[in-house]
Order: sequence, then C-alpha cells, then structure tokens
Amino acid sequence: MAVLVFGVENMISTAISELIPTPTEVREVQRQGQQEEIPQEISGAQILLEALLREGVDTIFGYPGGAVLHIYNELARNQRLRHILARHEQGAVHMAEGYAKATGRVGIVLVTSGPGATNAVTGIANAFMDSTPLVIITGQVPRKMLGSDAFQEIDTVGITRPCTKYNYLVQNAGELADVVREAFHIASTGRPGPVVIDIPKDVTAERAPLCYSETVNLPGYRPNRRANQQQVEQAVEKIVNARRPILYVGGGVIHANGSDELLQLAKRLHLPVTPTLMGLGCFPSGHPLSLGMLGMHGTYWANMAISESDLILAIGVRFDDRVTGALEKFAPQAQIIHVDIDPSSVSKNVRAHLPVVGDAKSVMQQMLDLIECGNPVATARGSDKSAKKLASWWQQIEEWKEFAPLTYEKSDVEIKPQFLCEELYRLTGGDAIIATDVGQHQMWLAQYYGFNGPRQSITSGGLGTMGFGFPAALGAQLAFPDRQVVAFVGDGGFQMTAQELATAVQYRTNTKIIVMNNNYLGMVRQWQELFYDGNYSAVGMQGTPDFVRLAEAYGAVGLRATKPRELSAVLEHGLSTRGVVVMDIVVSAEENVYPMIPPGAGLKEMVLR
Amino acid sequence: MRRTLAILVENRTGELARIVGLFSARGYNIENLSVAETLDPGISRVTLVTNGDDAMAEQIIKQLEKQIRVLSATDLTVIDHIEREMVLVHVNAEAENARLEVTKLASIFDAKVIDKSEDGVTVEAVAEGHKVDALLRSLQPFGIREVARGRLAIGRLPVSYPQITQITETTESQLKIVVPV
Ligand SMILES: Cc1ncc(C[n+]2csc(CCOP(=O)(O)OP(=O)(O)O)c2C)c(N)n1
Ligand SMILES: [Mg+2]
Repeated sequence: MAVLVFGVENMISTAISELIPTPTEVREVQRQGQQEEIPQEISGAQILLEALLREGVDTIFGYPGGAVLHIYNELARNQRLRHILARHEQGAVHMAEGYAKATGRVGIVLVTSGPGATNAVTGIANAFMDSTPLVIITGQVPRKMLGSDAFQEIDTVGITRPCTKYNYLVQNAGELADVVREAFHIASTGRPGPVVIDIPKDVTAERAPLCYSETVNLPGYRPNRRANQQQVEQAVEKIVNARRPILYVGGGVIHANGSDELLQLAKRLHLPVTPTLMGLGCFPSGHPLSLGMLGMHGTYWANMAISESDLILAIGVRFDDRVTGALEKFAPQAQIIHVDIDPSSVSKNVRAHLPVVGDAKSVMQQMLDLIECGNPVATARGSDKSAKKLASWWQQIEEWKEFAPLTYEKSDVEIKPQFLCEELYRLTGGDAIIATDVGQHQMWLAQYYGFNGPRQSITSGGLGTMGFGFPAALGAQLAFPDRQVVAFVGDGGFQMTAQELATAVQYRTNTKIIVMNNNYLGMVRQWQELFYDGNYSAVGMQGTPDFVRLAEAYGAVGLRATKPRELSAVLEHGLSTRGVVVMDIVVSAEENVYPMIPPGAGLKEMVLR
Repeated sequence: MRRTLAILVENRTGELARIVGLFSARGYNIENLSVAETLDPGISRVTLVTNGDDAMAEQIIKQLEKQIRVLSATDLTVIDHIEREMVLVHVNAEAENARLEVTKLASIFDAKVIDKSEDGVTVEAVAEGHKVDALLRSLQPFGIREVARGRLAIGRLPVSYPQITQITETTESQLKIVVPV
C-alpha cells in the first residue's frame, strides 16, 4: 500500500483547515522533491479531528465519557470545531439529523462507549430509516480489553450493524484518516445514511503520521448516479402518452437537491404532484399542480388521483405501507415507473413496470432533455398542449377536491389543532423550518402547513421516533442561527427530549417550541377511540408539567394560549421574541386526524370524518 | 423453494455477520453456509443455501448487493450450475463383515472409507445433495455417530454472472469529498 505522509504539527497551529493538503497535492510536492519531510507523528485523537476538518466539518454534537477523553482533550484546544453539548446522546444524534436535513451536509456525533453508544442507537436507527447522512463516532474500550466485558464495553458495531449504512471498528491510528474519509464518502453518496466509527480508547492515544493511502478501497460500492438512457426514454414515452398520470415524490428528491427539476418537469407536462411525508416541500405546496400529501392521512383527492391513475411516476419514494394502504388494492390500473437510487427499493413492496435506477435530480434532467429535444411527441407538444390533453383528468381531480376538501369544525371555545397549524402558516408565510415530532400534531402540520421549499420540513417518517422534533429543530437552528426554526411537538413527545432545553439555552439559540398540548398521547388515543371502542388505555397524560414554568426553569421564555382569541397574539409574540421560547398551546383534546385510511383498507376506502 | 446463492465479498472482519444478519432479520433460515478465500486473498466466496420464493430471492440479492463490501451476489438456482455436497460421516462398524459391507456400500455411492478405528469407520463422499441423502440413509442401519456436511456450487461454463477475480481500487479522483457550502 502506498502511503503518503506529511508533517502536520505546524498545520495544527494554523487556523485554516484547507491548508491540509489532499493526497494529490502531497504527491505533487513529493514529485517535485522540494520537501523531504520526516513523517511527524500525532495522536489518534488529533488525526481524527484533522480528518474531520478535511471533510469540512464545523460542528460536532456530542457527550463526553471515559472512552473519548483523549478526543475531548484535543477538542477543547481546537478552535476550528464547535462542539455542542447535548443533554442526552439521543438528543445529540437528532440534532445532527436536523443539522443534516436542513443543510444537506453530513451531521457529526461524538459519544462515549457503552451507554453513550446505546443511547445514540435510537437516533442512528432514525437516520437510517430516513436516509440522513451522519457520521457517528463512538468511543470503545482499549483494544486489549475488547471482548472482556470491560467497564462500559458494548459491541457497538454489532448493535448498529442493522441500522447503519456501514460501520467500522478502527484497528489502529494509522488507518483512522482513511476510515474517516471513507465514512464521509459512504454517508453522503448514493442513498445517504449513517456511518458509525467505533474507536478503541488506546487508538486515540496511539501516535501515527496523518496520512491517507493513495486509493480508496471500496470496490463493491458503486453508488449509481446516472440512469440507463434507454429506460429514461421509455419512461418519457409512457408519461407523455398517459391519460391520467401522477407524480408521486418523496425524500429522495430532497436528498438529490432535485426540486428545480421536479418543478420544471411537472410544469412542462402539467402533471399533478403528490408528495409523501418525507417529500413535503420538495414541490411548493401552494402550487396549483400540488395535490398535497397522500397516504394514511393524505388528502382525499391525492389518494383518489393515485388510485385512479393510469401512470405513476414515482421518484425517490419507497411505497411505504403508510402510503399505499392495502397493497392488493393499490392503484390497480396504473403502470408504475419507479425512479430510485437504491435498486433494493425498486419492486420491494409494489412491482414496478419500469425501474429506473439513478439519482432523482439527474434522471429528471435526462427526462427534461428528452422532452425538449428527443421525444417527438413531447417536443411537439408544448406545455399548453400538455395541459389541454390532461384537461379531463384535471377536471376529475378538481371534482374530488370539491367533494372532500380538508376541513374541520371551527370553534371559538377551544383551539382546534388544525387552526393552530393554519395560524402558524399565516404568521410564517410557509418559510419557516419546522421540525415535527410524531403523532397527531405531525399529521395536522403536514396537512395544514404549506411548505414553500425543500429542507424546511424535518420529521421522523420511517422510524416514527417520538422525541425527535425538538432536538432536530435545535440542530437546524444551530446550522442557521438567523432563520425562523420551529419545533412543532406533542405534549407526549416533548417530554421525551425536553431536557435539550438546556442545550438550546446554553448556546443562546432562537429556537421556538410549539407544544400542541391535547393532554393525550393523541395518535394512540385516536386509534383506541376508532378501533378499540374508545377503551382508552395508558394514553392520558396526567402529571404533565406546567410547560411555561418548565421553560422558565431552564431560563427560557414560556407562553400559553388556551382560547382561540389568544392564539395569534401568543404565536406572534412567541415567534418574534429573541431566545428560546416554549409556547404551550392547549388544544381540543379529542380531535381526530381525518381523512384516515383504516389499517388494512385500500387508499379509496378513506374515512372522511 | 431451496436457493443456492453465490456471494463474493471483501475478506474483512464483520462482513459475514453483515450478510448473515440480512437473513436473520427477515426470519429466513440458512440451511448451509460455506466461506473461503478466492484466488485473491482479499475476496471471500460465500455459498449459502436458503429457502424462499422468487420475490424473496430478488429482494435478498438486491440487499446483498447493496452491502458496501459485497462485490456480487448471484442466485445460482435460476441459472445452469453445478452443485456438490461433501459429507464426512462416522459409522459404527465393529465386526469385520460390517466394515466390508460399509466399504461396499460406499463404493456404490462413489464414496470411500478414509479412516477407521476399533469400532467404526469414517466415510467421505462428494456428490449431489440427494445422493448424499441416499448414502446416509443406507448407512443408517449400521448406526451413524456423527455427520458433517457442506455444500458448494458454481455456475456451469460459460458462466453468465459477474466474475470478479481481483479488487480494482477506486482512486482519489473518483471520490467525492464533501466540502463546506
Ligand atoms: C419512542 C416512541 N414510543 C412510542 C411511540 C408510539 N406513538 C406514536 S404517536 C404517539 C402519541 C404521541 O403523543 P403526543 O406526543 O402527545 O402527540 P399527539 O399525537 O398528541 O399529537 C405514540 C405513543 C412512538 N412513535 N415513538
Ligand atoms: Mg398529545
């Protein structure tokens, strides 16, 4: 193995990470023979931080402990890396997820061995299910003690194997730089995901030169980016000839930064667009071509449209069971074109008639190129003609929309949760970054808050992790200190990670927390009401703290609204107050989320109210 | 339906656990498993026998290929292939005529006696799976003390699935380095 070596001691004192040469640059220097440096050895902990800086890292979310003491020792001396001390490792991972979702960059977590690692697992699994790029560094007991049931030893690579895209147990300090480089590559390319690097404590003390090998050893990893041109041609052919086409789009479009291409494609062919929960914001909600979210709590017209369609162009989605309803009743007349970067997603739940494996953005660009000058039918037919051709399909969709619009019973006695979401939308103009938790409030926000753009909606879709929303919002806020970031959480979920209020206050963030307080584990209560004859079991939240005083105890501002007439004033005041603000919004307790597809039913069997 | 899969994977710690985990997580049983280095010591070949329908096989092959260190995964069941099972079996045979009989029986199955002790012999056979079953059935009356079986398979020439005999390395330029926005 060719090894490249360069002195680094002088660079560590420099404040600019870009000064660290890439292997190519080092080769250049070596070839010119201008520098014959004796390899300077630094500690594994220093190598780790330098390698992180080389990947452009600026923020680490973490929690210290015995196995990572050497790393924390270096971190305190390093001016170029900001460390955010969470109050629980789960919170640290969710923060990194919020950071990654809002920025599109890799989120970094640093935790200790044993309980540090196990506490992080929920977040890691969440990131795995929602394809969020993370690199999680976990401390481990020294190499000699591996397998001896040492203090705070746990088989971290074993535990995280099924919920990471890849993981490493680092064997020596010399390979650390390469491992970090590989980990970032794996986390951020193809279908993104979390990568764990487990580092024995003695490796972080071991001294070695900071060096990268010349080649990256990933022969089996080929993140497929460009799709087969013939398949794209066939797809365009099918789309332009369809009579009842629909675009079904998800998180993959956001990961690929493909929103512009999606907008162009939909406009050019006048296609109706329905996003999944993870796809919210990848297409502007207020756009006339948008049908709103589909699935279990999707709009009536989106679910009807996909059910009656003759062609589904599915991009960056995975036909989740919360979207399809009963599989045997899903879109019986439709030809399905499935565009996804992950071949194992295609035909997993629903058989695709035409699989297109590739990155969402580049596939849509290939389609646009063909439509403009490649497919004679499409090229000849401008967007006006496309609109005309689909006129009766659109008229049908309008009829569905008129038949069952999203509505709720208004009240001037109680604050309706839907009204809360509408007010939040009105006051933020659809421009806020909103991280939601899991439950009824999450569904209402998806229905009633019209996200204008991508990377604004941050939510736990795949794993459905209560406790996600608030720390994720905090992570997004730390990435964008000046943007309006809101955590929209339930009274149950907030209590799972409310301790991160301390983190929010410590780092002087402007995070706003809206607690939709129905004093119930609302989503579970709804299922018990509808499917268990109202036999409420363990869903009442007696003993909930006073959220206003809880906020104050942490040094944050607490506000409360209990009456509809108080709502807008509390929201306005809360959103515009600097610092951390908790708004306890007491809403009608037994409101249900509708429409709803009962478990086991097809998409057309919606319960409207 | 019984499936025989051939998997080429980088020869590294933890990779076999990753492969096996894909099966256990889905509740699939592994009936037979063999792993060994290929000509390139950096690559291992895994032969794995499991049970499942076409949809299961398609999904598991995709999941295997998705693994970062897996170089290729092939369902040999659906292509022309050769499959052999090896068996080592200890059989009771104390009396001289019992030994003769076992030796004769073995030869019918192209098997041979490769070791003996005072009260038994060891038979070795390499054959198709059903023949191994038949051999074991006919040895049963003598009393079988211990059996070790293992299965290998390979596509019939000319082979239509991907051949990877050596690792090609990715260069730095092929690697996207994440830079700050
Ligand atoms: C960690 C975790 N435990 C349990 C659940 C199951 N669950 C889903 S929604 C829900 C109720 C959430 O209640 P709350 O946070 O008050 O939100 P609401 O539904 O009332 O809006 C529960 C318990 C979950 N999703 N995550
Ligand atoms: Mg609640």
